[in-house]
Amino acid sequence: MSKPTNSVPAVEAVGLVKTFGKNRAVDGVNLTIPTGTICGVLGPNGAGKTTTINMLSTLLKPDAGTAKIFGYDVRKDTQIVRQLIGLTGQYATIDENLTAMENLKIFARLLGFSRAESKRKAEELLEEFSLSEAANRQLSKFSGGMRRRLDLAASLLSSPPLIFLDEPTTGLDPRTRTQMWQTIRRLVKNGSTILLTTQYLDEADQLADHIVVIDKGRVVANDTPTGLKRSVSASSLQLTIKNPDYTRKAAQITERILGGTAQISEAAELSVPLADTAKLAEVLVALKEIEIDITAINVREPSLDEVFFALTGDKKEAV
Amino acid sequence: MSNTAVIPAHERDLKNHVSFGTAVKNTFTFAYRTLLKVAHNPESLLDVTLMPILLTLMFTYLFGGAISGDVISYLPIIIPGILIQTCVTSCGNAGTQLREDTDKSISNRFKSMPISRISPLAGVLTADLLRYAMAGAIVFIVGAIIGYRPAFLNVVACIGFIMFIGWCLSWLFAFVAMTAKSVSSASMYAMLIMFPLTFLSNAFVPTGTMPQVLRIFAEYINPVSKAITAVREILGNGAIGADFWLALLGSLVILVVFVPLTLWTYKRNA
Repeated sequence: MSKPTNSVPAVEAVGLVKTFGKNRAVDGVNLTIPTGTICGVLGPNGAGKTTTINMLSTLLKPDAGTAKIFGYDVRKDTQIVRQLIGLTGQYATIDENLTAMENLKIFARLLGFSRAESKRKAEELLEEFSLSEAANRQLSKFSGGMRRRLDLAASLLSSPPLIFLDEPTTGLDPRTRTQMWQTIRRLVKNGSTILLTTQYLDEADQLADHIVVIDKGRVVANDTPTGLKRSVSASSLQLTIKNPDYTRKAAQITERILGGTAQISEAAELSVPLADTAKLAEVLVALKEIEIDITAINVREPSLDEVFFALTGDKKEAV
Repeated sequence: MSNTAVIPAHERDLKNHVSFGTAVKNTFTFAYRTLLKVAHNPESLLDVTLMPILLTLMFTYLFGGAISGDVISYLPIIIPGILIQTCVTSCGNAGTQLREDTDKSISNRFKSMPISRISPLAGVLTADLLRYAMAGAIVFIVGAIIGYRPAFLNVVACIGFIMFIGWCLSWLFAFVAMTAKSVSSASMYAMLIMFPLTFLSNAFVPTGTMPQVLRIFAEYINPVSKAITAVREILGNGAIGADFWLALLGSLVILVVFVPLTLWTYKRNA
């Protein structure tokens, strides 16, 4: 096999399939990630995000399709691929019964570092992830955020050119979340490529160079954050009508003025895509003219629910 | 490291296999990890420390008079029995530990690293050699305190012997642990294997008074009895007889059968 050059994409997957019994968890996923970029894989629970990562990181064998990491086949060049990746799973993959320092030192030893190097690497990473003070504490006394940081630190011991981050911020408080974002940005600056899964559109928006939306094991969109948001409208107008009997009438009026399809929630709340904020006044005037009173008005950025509705035509509960 | 550039993939020197030397190093790292865990949780050593002390004292004073007339003359029978029993019962530990690891997400990290796939397994089994040695030493120390003092070199030989038997047997229990549905069912199965093997043997009582079927099993079939007789002979006069070789052969058979089976299930599940 010829040695790949820098122009080879970090990830190149074609038609990846993984079935568990009758469930096609991943059903023909295509994915290309250029070296040095962040790819955000967006989708609800059970969409196939983790299964895709597990196949790309050699934990699972694909049932069909091919996947290459920097040109190396995940099936044939397994050990090479493992030297090029760092994996931070959804669940902390560290040892509860050991201290943070011991965990990192053992992983470093396994990666082939000498005793002294392992200690130095572990100290550096603990320092970098603000865990130095807790270095000799047993992990069972760690908070969720500390565990995540240690887990990420463990993935970085080998300075891998490709890092998989499976929902790195799920369950973190806003401050820790921002810190995680900063870390991710710095990793890319240093030359790593990142595949990040998330359930949050704003996270993908903040970090990713391009976003792949997957649902029921299939890629339903592959675009830049801007392009994606444009395709699902920038934001939406939400109205609560005083007399719920008029909600349908109000929906028709807003649809006429704004274009797009209005949705009525179970709580009789009206939601319409709002591409052009200037038209907001027009809607309010039109409703006033036929004497439909509004009790609440709200302009909202698109939620994952709406992205899915727009992309799949299927209203589903995103978590 | 925070601002050092990552070496690009195409500039790295990569190999698609794990060398034997790396596999051995990985195994020792995993063994070290197992010992570190023990250091953090010394209670996990109870089955090879307090347990053998308790069993030795209990059985010696309970059965000594009835079986051999007095405690001192019972010791050459019971000490080898307890020695092998402790060794067999502590063999299940490695399997349970492995199973705990593979059930947790930490196994995902090990799998995604460029390390030898069997090293986590081999590491745990290797670390357990120390447990067997410890259990053996404690049984002999308690025995010596009560009044049983065989030749030192013979004692060392016996401890080496049980370390080997224990290591071979632990592959069997590792297989059981990897195929069982959960950690607790794994230790349940292990008990189901250990109890008949250790008690339906010549460990505690002479086989002469047993019903015929049981006697045939305890004397001729049960490999645990062979191992116990072998230890009795070594401790008695330093002799290595047929039973020693039979016990060794039995252990090797277990090794030949269960090493591939265990590796196969481990690679599939882990």
